[in-house]
Amino acid sequence: MILGIDTSLGTAVAVVEHDGVVRSQVESVDPRGHAEVIGSLIGQALAEASLTAFDITHVAAGMGPGPFTGLRVGIAAARAFALGRGIPVVPVVSHDAVALELLLHDALTGGYESDDLPFAVVTDARRREFAHSVYRGLDDDGLPVRIAEPALTPRDDLDAVLAREGVLRRDAERVPGALLALCAARALTAGRVIAPSDALYLRSPDVTPPAARKRVGT
Amino acid sequence: MNRSEPLILGIETSCDETGIGIVRGRTLLSNTIASSMDEHARYGGVVPEVAARAHLEALEPTIHAALAESGVALADIDAVAVTSGPGLAGALMVGVGAAKALAVSLDRPLYAVNHLVGHIAADILDADSPPIEYPTVALLVSGGHTSLLLVRDLTSDVVLLGETVDDAAGEAFDKVARLLGLPYPGGPEIDRAAVTGDPEAIRFPRGLSRPGDMAAHRYDFSFSGLKTAVARWIEQREAAGEPIPVADVAASFREAVVDVLVTKALAACRDHGVPRLLLGGGVIANRRLRDVALERAAAEGVTVRIPPLSLCTDNGAMIAALAAELVMSGRPPSTLEFGADSTLPVTEIQVAEAVA
Ligand SMILES: [Zn+2]
Repeated sequence: MILGIDTSLGTAVAVVEHDGVVRSQVESVDPRGHAEVIGSLIGQALAEASLTAFDITHVAAGMGPGPFTGLRVGIAAARAFALGRGIPVVPVVSHDAVALELLLHDALTGGYESDDLPFAVVTDARRREFAHSVYRGLDDDGLPVRIAEPALTPRDDLDAVLAREGVLRRDAERVPGALLALCAARALTAGRVIAPSDALYLRSPDVTPPAARKRVGT
Repeated sequence: MNRSEPLILGIETSCDETGIGIVRGRTLLSNTIASSMDEHARYGGVVPEVAARAHLEALEPTIHAALAESGVALADIDAVAVTSGPGLAGALMVGVGAAKALAVSLDRPLYAVNHLVGHIAADILDADSPPIEYPTVALLVSGGHTSLLLVRDLTSDVVLLGETVDDAAGEAFDKVARLLGLPYPGGPEIDRAAVTGDPEAIRFPRGLSRPGDMAAHRYDFSFSGLKTAVARWIEQREAAGEPIPVADVAASFREAVVDVLVTKALAACRDHGVPRLLLGGGVIANRRLRDVALERAAAEGVTVRIPPLSLCTDNGAMIAALAAELVMSGRPPSTLEFGADSTLPVTEIQVAEAVA
């Protein structure tokens, strides 16, 4: 039983069985306030799944990309939950969850993300930039094939960049918690590691070494 | 839950120390700290984003280390405690997110508490000193805060008498150290430089201490004017082509800080008829501050309490200790409905307390 936690956009929590059955999925779409809601949403996801913490065997953590302050809340929560239960964390690139949702939806409806058309999952990265990752189809393990790793591009440049590569643009406002947990389930089944274990910040902290002493005058 | 001697794990991430503390009632089992201070040194002060990233990386190993040191298993914990504020918002959120998830996964209650009141609670863990008596005046001095409190009861009645209106005292030490070309953190460096200096050599201003300030700001502090005065003094010297007597500047600056801290703290004791003063916060490591406080307090018949220095700097043990006091006094836990509050007032000792 996998608990999925992602705070790269809003706050998403879900419980999914290893075979993909979704037991619960709750979320807050507020792009802030992650620390406020994270505990209640985990409790709610467990309750709606009619489970307790002791039934959870893995925690899927959305590693971003996403605005730092919120992103960290989910990663900290995922790690702490896993620590409390003595179970492993399965890191997942947050965009993978969106890509999997699009690809599964496509498989059901015959939409336009066919296997050979690459598409970019695009999310808000604040500071006039988008975060994006490029995917093409599903692999044999049922996981989205990431053909370009998460990156940042100025908002005004993104369309030109994607058009040049022949990549469709798919904006996402939310990360589906259940699909995040499903990515983790499929990675576990395949025995694969599909994301780094550290947060995907994509930016260095905003810091400048102190300038020379300022004069205060007399 | 064991309400007579609760086993509490406390998480503190309000500034640059990732602190995990484990206490059983009033007994300290572990005070484990991972500091990101070295990462901030090149910037001359705490960089919030650097601190928050360091907390995320340090939390898990620090919890493991605290458990190992105390010989406690997470399953044995009666409650989890966490700092809700005040502090750096992004840093606090890491601790809050982790504490909530840990409490839910262990199915244990969570106590969300005030960092400043935690500094006072640190004193309870000092096995070598008699129980704290109330009321007491508390002076908390660090790189993040400079506050004067009246504590009538640790768990229910703490009043803010005054605080800094600009820089914290620790920040002033950092900034003046930079003016003197000394590295970060400034406190120990100023102390070292001041050893051979004359504290009376230069009369630097005592912030908010003029008769005109004393009506509205009797217990408030201001250190930015002092820092500017030091900068101006150095510039004038340099303009005149004279060498800077670093030892004298350091000693005189430190004396101005110490003088105003101790003077206001003892005024609070006198005004409130409280012959007890508790010192806390990382700047208490400054020996001159402790010596002057002890000497002048003794002259006024005020007893001074100073927790061990390892408990004066930011730490998780003080957060656990405060939660233990809340548990032992029968207080219900916090709900999960709270966030990080970077300006949490000191009167809010516990946040989001559940309706009993
Ligand atoms: Zn502090």
